[in-house]
Amino acid sequence: MDLHYTEEEQAFRTKVREWLAENLPHALSEKIRLGKRLTKADYELWHRLLNERGWLAQNWPREYGGAEWNAVQRQIFEEESCLANAPHIVPFGPTMLGPVLLAFGSEEQKRHYLPRILNGEDWWCQGYSEPGAGSDLAAIKTTAMRDGDHYVVNGQKTWTTLGQHADWIFCLVRTDPGAKKQEGISFLLIDMKTPGITVRPITLIDGDAEVNEVFFDDVRVPVANRVGEENKGWTYAKYLLTHERTNITGVGFSTATLKALKSTAAQVQSGGRPLSQNPLFAARMAQVEIDLMAMTTTNLRVVSAASKGRAPGAESSMLKVKGSRIRQELTSLMRRAFGPDAMPFQNDYLEGGDNLDALGPENAASAAPTYFNMRKLSIFGGTNEVQRTIITKTMLGL
Amino acid sequence: MDFNLTEERGMLRDTLGRFLRDKYDHGLRRRLEASGQAYCPDVFEGLAELGVLGALFSEEHGGFGGSGFDLAVVFEELGRAGTLEPILPAVLAGGLIAEAGRTDLVEEIIAGTTVATLAHGEAGARYDQSHVTTSAKVDGDQIVLSGTKSHVLNGAQARLLVVSARESGAVMDEAGISLFLVPSDAIGVTITDHVNLDSTSAATVVLDSVRLDASVRIGSAGEGFELLEASIARGVTALCVEALGAMEAAKTLTLEYLKERRQFGVPIGSFQALQHRMADVLIEIEQARSAVINLAGNLHRPRLERERHVSAAKNMIGRVATLVVEECIQLHGGIAMTEEYALSHFARRLTMIDHLYGDVDHHLERFITLSAA
Ligand SMILES: Cc1cc2nc3c(=O)[nH]c(=O)nc-3n(C[C@H](O)[C@H](O)[C@H](O)COP(=O)(O)OP(=O)(O)OC[C@H]3O[C@@H](n4cnc5c(N)ncnc54)[C@H](O)[C@@H]3O)c2cc1C
Repeated sequence: MDLHYTEEEQAFRTKVREWLAENLPHALSEKIRLGKRLTKADYELWHRLLNERGWLAQNWPREYGGAEWNAVQRQIFEEESCLANAPHIVPFGPTMLGPVLLAFGSEEQKRHYLPRILNGEDWWCQGYSEPGAGSDLAAIKTTAMRDGDHYVVNGQKTWTTLGQHADWIFCLVRTDPGAKKQEGISFLLIDMKTPGITVRPITLIDGDAEVNEVFFDDVRVPVANRVGEENKGWTYAKYLLTHERTNITGVGFSTATLKALKSTAAQVQSGGRPLSQNPLFAARMAQVEIDLMAMTTTNLRVVSAASKGRAPGAESSMLKVKGSRIRQELTSLMRRAFGPDAMPFQNDYLEGGDNLDALGPENAASAAPTYFNMRKLSIFGGTNEVQRTIITKTMLGL
Repeated sequence: MDFNLTEERGMLRDTLGRFLRDKYDHGLRRRLEASGQAYCPDVFEGLAELGVLGALFSEEHGGFGGSGFDLAVVFEELGRAGTLEPILPAVLAGGLIAEAGRTDLVEEIIAGTTVATLAHGEAGARYDQSHVTTSAKVDGDQIVLSGTKSHVLNGAQARLLVVSARESGAVMDEAGISLFLVPSDAIGVTITDHVNLDSTSAATVVLDSVRLDASVRIGSAGEGFELLEASIARGVTALCVEALGAMEAAKTLTLEYLKERRQFGVPIGSFQALQHRMADVLIEIEQARSAVINLAGNLHRPRLERERHVSAAKNMIGRVATLVVEECIQLHGGIAMTEEYALSHFARRLTMIDHLYGDVDHHLERFITLSAA
């Protein structure tokens, strides 16, 4: 047992930190610090900078332009970039689709799509969920019927995150309506510009329109856009979900939020002293810090096992449940810290206008919206209830 | 012990409930918001006609209620419907205006023709009630007010403001605070409004050497804190009951959804993992109801007893509201995250209520202090 990072890992951390200090644009880190919303151009800029350094696709092999980092390195990068107030990487291309193509795509698909993810030509979104298929994902109804060398797609996807920016969507579709639920599903890549696709934004509880409904009306998709075998899509879908889940753990996010929370609590005055000196609030902060310290180690335990080749299985469910709760608790404390100043709804300010002044402390405007937004963590990527069921079945054998 | 409502209160509850079920829904709130209106004037008028505002005042002040249980009847229904109309400001400011002997103005408030509100919060005050830096300087038989008030509920719609200002003492002193009745169109008053996350309307009120006749002072010079605290106690009672109504609404929506939504071929309400959590939601809401009853029934008691119940109830409501909000969202899944779905309003309102007049921790600490006194 050695709780310390190796020398190489420490050197890696230094390298990442220095690169961030030199390359992260101030305008971006300011937006993150103030909890403002990022535009498509903001994300594209960040992806471009990372790609230039070769750090966008962190777990892809070098051969395909990836960084080939192991799980510990990825963890270090996440921590450092959160602490530097860097944007997160939009996961759909580099973190979700990439690994699926690498594992199950044809050589032609890899050569075509992977470079386009890296150079920002294609923005991907995830078309899994449907109105009737959330936790019961295998219940999807969107159909793809063969017509010569095309599929004709009809149906609806929903909750499609950042679909409004997307050029392409990877979809689970039903190619064999007669088969058992999991067995008639295929994994299709669909160009969002194809006639018959309509995108409708959904405004969320925090006022942001980050998700969409996507409708398919006789959309013709070349059969060549199918990943892997017909009717084997469920296997690929599940492979992707494990990657999505570990992503939600967010130890880096929590570490950075805790730091911001402490500095906020030191600034906010309450009862004639800084809020950080209020025993009740201090206790709440300490409690979540203790949880996070342990979580960081739990995460590393799972992650380092994974970097030795063992894929995180049900452990990713454990990380997701606990990691999401810690993130949610931290955003809840951030909201509480600001007291009445967390009440005004400053949507225009959050949308980014540099010319707008915040009402109250500059970082108060995003506190309550972020709290509400983060409720999603226990819902998407498989709800926390679904994760508990996975744990019950695979780790407990009940 | 009698936990039943009197006949009149029961009738008010029933007619009010019917009126709101008829008039109010999430669609109306969304239309108001889209049109930039703080509330619906028609509904407000209707509420006044039903006697909702009259129920907030005692007979002595021209109303027909005024007790804790009258507030309870009104605000539970308002909370259940999720109204945005300025009834809470009438509680916070109305009693103080009555205290000033201005029965003419109270009459207008009861009729719904005048909106009055309390302008007490200030930047940096957080939940400290005695944090007042706005100054009141006597100049002959006039008074000059200077300072900035923040988070003034319905400030931009109000014709009358009850303003707290300091005549003597240091920032956090209870002594030295006075209350003044200020017309919102007085020279030197600038009101800038904003919308809150729960769709309520609030404002920042700047008082730039506002010069008024000294007769606008409510009560004696520098002794306004006691009045203020008692008025806020009534406001907190209203808020707690409103929260109770909102929790019931959230619970009802969730329960309906659990029966309706199917996954894996069955209603999600058939999963025991969700059933037990819904049972906890019910248990906690009943606890919150009892805390609120305790408060309503002790509102007329001497200060110390009253305030212990204020803090007990507000703490309980804050805790239970967070549980109800977080569980109801989680039990719904993605749909609860949308602005279009009614739960989103109750979730935001319940959460914001914890940010008004002291949150869970503030009132826990205050309860400890009051209990030691
Ligand atoms: C902000 C946000 C972004 C999203 N982004 C995307 C995206 O980009 N692409 C995409 O495809 N999807 C996305 N999703 C969808 C997400 O994956 C689903 O919301 C999630 O799978 C849950 O499905 P549901 O919302 O239909 O809830 P439901 O499945 O209807 O669940 C409702 C409740 O029932 C519980 N439940 C269901 N089944 C069981 C069971 N067997 N046992 C116990 N409890 C159960 C759930 O845990 C939950 O509490 C997003 C969702 C949100 C909120």
